[in-house]
Amino acid sequence: MVEKRDETDFSNVEYYTNRELSWLLFDRRVLGEARDKANPLFERLKFLSITASNLDEFFMVRVASLKDMVSAGYKKKDIAGMTASEQLAKVNEETHALVEQQYAVYNRSLLPHLLENGLHIIRHHEDLGKEEAAYVDRYFADNIYPVLTPMAVDSSRPFPLIRNKSLNLGALVKKKNGGGELEFATVQVPSVLSRLVTIPAEEGTKIILLEEVIERNMHKLFLNYDIVCSYPFRIMRNADLPIEEDEAEDLLQEIEKQLKKRQWGQVIRLEVEEGIDDRLLKLIRDELAIEQGDIYSISGPLDLTFLMKMYGLDGFDHLKEHGYLKPQPVPELAEETDVFAKIREGDILMHHPYQTFEPVVNFIRQAAKDPDVLAIKQTLYRVSGNSPIVAALEQAADNGKQVSVLVELKARFDEENNIVWAKKLEKAGCHVIYGLVGLKTHSKITLVVRREENGIRRYVHLGTGNYNDSTAKLYTDIGLFTCSEAIGEDATAVFNMLSGYSEPRNWNKLSLAPLWLKDRFLHLIDREKAYAGQGRTAHIIAKMNSLCDKDIIEALYTASAAGVKIDLIIRGICCLKAGIPGVSENITVRSIVGNYLEHARIFYFENDGKPEYYCASADWMPRNLERRVEILFPVEKPQLQEKLHHILDCQMRDTVKASILQPDGSYKKTGKRGREEYNAQLHFCLEAREAARAEKNTGNKRIFIPEMHHE
Amino acid sequence: MKTFAAIDVGSYELGMKIFEISSKNGIREIDHIRHRIDLGSDTFATGKISNERVDELCRVLREYGEIMKGYQVDDYKAYGTSAVRETENTMIVLDQIKQRTGIAIEVLSNSEQRFLDYKSIASGGDAFNKIIEKGTAIVDIGGGSIQISLFDKDTLVTTQNMRLGVLRLQDQLGRLNIRPEQSESMLDELVSSQLSVFKKLYLKDRVIENIIVVDDYISAVVGRNVAGLEHTSVESAAMDKFLERIRVKSVQDVAHILGMPEENVPLLFISGVLLNRIAKVMDAKLIWAPGVSLCDGIAYEYGEKNKLIRERHDFEQDIIACARNISKRYMGSRRRSETLEQIALTIYDSMKKVHGLGKRERLLLRIATLLHDCGKYISLVNLGECSYNIIMSTEIIGLSHVEREIVANVVKYNHIDFEYYEAMGRDSSLDRRDYLTIAKLTAILKIANGLDRSHKQKFKNVRTTLKDEQLIITVDASLDITLEKGLFSKRADFFEEVYSVRPVIRQKS
Repeated sequence: MVEKRDETDFSNVEYYTNRELSWLLFDRRVLGEARDKANPLFERLKFLSITASNLDEFFMVRVASLKDMVSAGYKKKDIAGMTASEQLAKVNEETHALVEQQYAVYNRSLLPHLLENGLHIIRHHEDLGKEEAAYVDRYFADNIYPVLTPMAVDSSRPFPLIRNKSLNLGALVKKKNGGGELEFATVQVPSVLSRLVTIPAEEGTKIILLEEVIERNMHKLFLNYDIVCSYPFRIMRNADLPIEEDEAEDLLQEIEKQLKKRQWGQVIRLEVEEGIDDRLLKLIRDELAIEQGDIYSISGPLDLTFLMKMYGLDGFDHLKEHGYLKPQPVPELAEETDVFAKIREGDILMHHPYQTFEPVVNFIRQAAKDPDVLAIKQTLYRVSGNSPIVAALEQAADNGKQVSVLVELKARFDEENNIVWAKKLEKAGCHVIYGLVGLKTHSKITLVVRREENGIRRYVHLGTGNYNDSTAKLYTDIGLFTCSEAIGEDATAVFNMLSGYSEPRNWNKLSLAPLWLKDRFLHLIDREKAYAGQGRTAHIIAKMNSLCDKDIIEALYTASAAGVKIDLIIRGICCLKAGIPGVSENITVRSIVGNYLEHARIFYFENDGKPEYYCASADWMPRNLERRVEILFPVEKPQLQEKLHHILDCQMRDTVKASILQPDGSYKKTGKRGREEYNAQLHFCLEAREAARAEKNTGNKRIFIPEMHHE
Repeated sequence: MKTFAAIDVGSYELGMKIFEISSKNGIREIDHIRHRIDLGSDTFATGKISNERVDELCRVLREYGEIMKGYQVDDYKAYGTSAVRETENTMIVLDQIKQRTGIAIEVLSNSEQRFLDYKSIASGGDAFNKIIEKGTAIVDIGGGSIQISLFDKDTLVTTQNMRLGVLRLQDQLGRLNIRPEQSESMLDELVSSQLSVFKKLYLKDRVIENIIVVDDYISAVVGRNVAGLEHTSVESAAMDKFLERIRVKSVQDVAHILGMPEENVPLLFISGVLLNRIAKVMDAKLIWAPGVSLCDGIAYEYGEKNKLIRERHDFEQDIIACARNISKRYMGSRRRSETLEQIALTIYDSMKKVHGLGKRERLLLRIATLLHDCGKYISLVNLGECSYNIIMSTEIIGLSHVEREIVANVVKYNHIDFEYYEAMGRDSSLDRRDYLTIAKLTAILKIANGLDRSHKQKFKNVRTTLKDEQLIITVDASLDITLEKGLFSKRADFFEEVYSVRPVIRQKS
């Protein structure tokens, strides 16, 4: 048996799942939330909308890149041994199935329930009552007509440019006085207007989609023509928008040279309404040169992202989720406290968004004003528009502090906006570094250098999430405040490196990608393997967003085969396969898709009874481990380790939002299986409130209770 | 408490460390910023630092200035080492840098530089003291040269500089048209000849058990739990194994395994081969890499000067021991030197108010007494000139070039008539202050020497008092001092010229 194990080739492609297919499974899990009757109706709308916007992005970035690889003649296979065209074929198949499910959910689960709850969506304009019809026609004349640009095609006019991701109405038209020849006409459904047109109703809410209103009034746009038929269609182009390299860099860098050959603007997906006139479809298809497999026939409204707008409709509050609480105060860092004094008392671990992100903003605000603070250094990646952090940094520079900020412009949120505030920071006197050549700075670290009585003390914040106060309300993340000398020294070294100086001779506590992090992880996994080999218990729990690094997966397989128990909590892509005999039977993978976006990266290594806990900005993805500046930091204080342990433990126990990766590659909801229903995210909310309350009570105490035991 | 910045303008790196120095907490390193800049290749090849490099130097120094401002440092010290030292246009370059960045760089002589390195090691305290209980050599590997210093018991006894720095060796290897696998044996050949000379002359039958290495490459690897070098001190045999392991790997692999930039790998290899060869020559058992740098020494020196830290090791004793050792090499008489030292210092101390010199000059005088007649090894006639030349070409660790020149001159003019500033200053870098120091020390040495003319240590228990315009030198009445008295007046004249104080010999009645 043992010998057989030794022969196992853990790099065998059969043991790996293709990244795109795994992603599609993730989108399916989100769709599962839309289907889940346990979720409030309007939350389900939101989830469905998310699956649609996710899918759009997936096409624009991932599928487009795969197409590039095919047209570049790129032959190298992926982690699962698939060529780009094999992947495309499979992705197509899966996406068609996914889309079908999306609309099944929409039509069968959501629409009837919406109607029951007084929200009536009129699917076809033909179903409008007389008065309603008159209302929408008036609405058309007043609001829609002025912003439309109808375009007809004949031999003298070229086929119009159909804009990427735009919703359009295509029509076959016939000249009123002509010979009956069919011509093509089109009009874009204007994106400046709301997709939802509310119709006055005696009770409940009645809604019709904008494209239906336009379709109904098509004849007013092409006065000299008879409208033979008209249907909505939508296209997705290859990189019509700037390539969001963030998500595709692993593919693109492989074919960098061939990228010049890229067929800009090539249409890679066409969505049409089910039952579209064959002649019209053929015309569009020929004109856009699109393959049959890339055509999606949709049984419902195209582009479901309008559901997010619908979520915002007034009067349906009772159909939304209220169980989750707003971020609670961090007990150690009540509002008006001196953050520095509190950090000196001991390291502080925060769990967002259950706990508020405010202390992090406060940390920088206080540092900006504190006369003893000499310097503030921070990495910024995806900052919110009106970031209070940026404002605080500006103020700090104004107050004469040394402020160094690394601004990662390669982050895909609109770059121009970033440049504006980066320039503002520069003007205020901050030292701004605009990223590193060839590397993205994904680490989240802040260093405050303060001169105190006993000399310089360094305060450090390390996190798993961006310094973005908006996403900090939606993403689950871990943040650590510390003034540990060892970490302070490392933090200083990190910023020296980011400023272009040489790496330090050695690191005390932190591990950095792209230089050392992967080796560190491999070492930690290997160490567990060695313990297992000695017959000791060995256990790894790792929580992250995605796992697709082949070296890491191989190490995990090897460790599993040696007897290490491995529990993975992976929200999104997972190229590892669970439960393969002799390879991964000791590995479990669960994915939590819930109210908040799981975003924290937490790692636990049993280390022969001396457990080690780490948090990081990095996933186990090649891009994180090899092409990013990332930081892994240990959490060493026993009380804080306890907190992390609790977080991992709760997630492992979740029965509501967790799905388990099955040996066949599918995910199944855990279900209660006789246990009590347990929703980790909800539980964390309540715990955070308890903790905040407890602190408040002790704070307001009028009677002093002497502590009788002292450790 | 002081915040202090130490800048090291090295041959291949511009480093700055920020320290907090206080009597309570000692020296605490707060920040270490390093920028790779290859000044050495320019200098070693062309004798000049190119404009591009000067620009780069200025740019980074300006940034360093900003960082210093950020930490609100109280003081800084910037030192240039061999690359700057060996530049022909040093003065021009340094002035330019001063003008453009506001940072004044001083040039360290090799012996000063090594002494600072040594101080940085010794500042390590207990670990250092323990190591030097056994025979120890400090091997200080730089870009241009290496320095080997030997300890006897707990004092430094000799130190030698060899032009076997890693950059220089790399440059030399580069000029040879050889296959990569030949480079190690070439390297061995390059260093072995010099090392065997060193062994013959200085090592003799000393037993060296430990090697303390100061460098930028091996030190970076040792103690990092990679490549089999787990601790800061390793068995010297481990070095062999380490080299064996990295020898067969590609530069990329080594860089990856050791977590260091690829460009450092060849220099690491040279450093390793060099160290290994030295360990073999000395037959050392243990190699210790404390991982200190010049910056630590600069901080130590600053703390010492400003009385922020207590000395943990008597460095003056090391300098004296070195001087004694040089004297021994040139057959100096220990007893004679000791007598002279005693007399000279007695006079020096009683003249304190008049000469106004300090502790450092006292040390120089001591060294001058120890080396006062080293030239006789070469010629009994040209004693002054020969002594001067010997001193000028021998490294005395801890002394700057100027200090060495002062000592050499004091010794020289002890034997020949004093020359005044215009004559003496003609081909030397000494300024007026140095010149006056030479005059004052020479006057004392001349008297002391005169009092021991017979070399019979008659004046060993001399007492001196400064009274009115006279320096009264009292000796035991039982001695016959006719010779000394008779030859004394000419020496006394010079002393009086310098100090306006007349030395007078009196016998206790």
